[in-house]
Amino acid sequence: MSEDVKPRIRVPSSAKKGEMVEVKTLISHVMESGQRRDGAGKPIPRKIINNFTCSYNGKAVFTAKLEPAISANPYISFFFRADQSGKLEFAWKDDDGSVYKAEQAITVS
Amino acid sequence: MSRSRVPAAAVDRRRVLVLALAGGATLLGGALLSRMARATPETAKKLLETLAKGAPKEGKINLRAPEIAENGNTVPITISVDSKMEGQDFVKAVHVVADGNPLPGVASFEFGPASGKVDVQVRLRLVATQNIICVAEMADGSLWQVAREIKVTIGGCGG
Repeated sequence: MSEDVKPRIRVPSSAKKGEMVEVKTLISHVMESGQRRDGAGKPIPRKIINNFTCSYNGKAVFTAKLEPAISANPYISFFFRADQSGKLEFAWKDDDGSVYKAEQAITVS
Repeated sequence: MSRSRVPAAAVDRRRVLVLALAGGATLLGGALLSRMARATPETAKKLLETLAKGAPKEGKINLRAPEIAENGNTVPITISVDSKMEGQDFVKAVHVVADGNPLPGVASFEFGPASGKVDVQVRLRLVATQNIICVAEMADGSLWQVAREIKVTIGGCGG
């Protein structure tokens, strides 16, 4: 499954100093809840994105701890205050130990 | 040959009846079990107490969600908190629980100094009509709560 996982982020490439900037993220992922059973009645093991972090110039700005009650292809949007130009780094942690990453630069004037 | 009084067809019918009854009982048992496996308002409250200690007050935190969700597989909710996000008026975390899903936990969000404002949107998976409870944990230690019922027409989580 892991090759299907694709993170997408949408952040404006530039912002005014002090502006509240909206970040929209989505990662394609099954978010298997661990509650379902397969055709033979065996439980399908849980496999979800359990943690999402966003850092701005190396400092954590937003962290989400997720449970199976989050939809497949988890969408998360949030805001941050643009103070200086730099880099936003995103990381999604999977139950199986994989970490999916993405990053984007933002110019603040 | 005259020893067998019951015609073969009758035996078959009886067997079918027994099987049907057994099947019905299994289904009923399954339904009861799945109902027992649900979270309850009590388990949701207990989980919230472990996430954020203290007595939450009403206010400050807002939850925007559809009154009726047609598809429980993806229910968008938006959580915002009235806060300057400075000094003591800073939201450290927001915890979300649901009281009718198989497990009460939904998500916890933590905010850093550069957050600026709390306005978070996520999409939930809800198995049935239930209450969503959000608690904001402030830097000064106070807790603020909001609860909303979301009616679900077709449950998520798959069967």
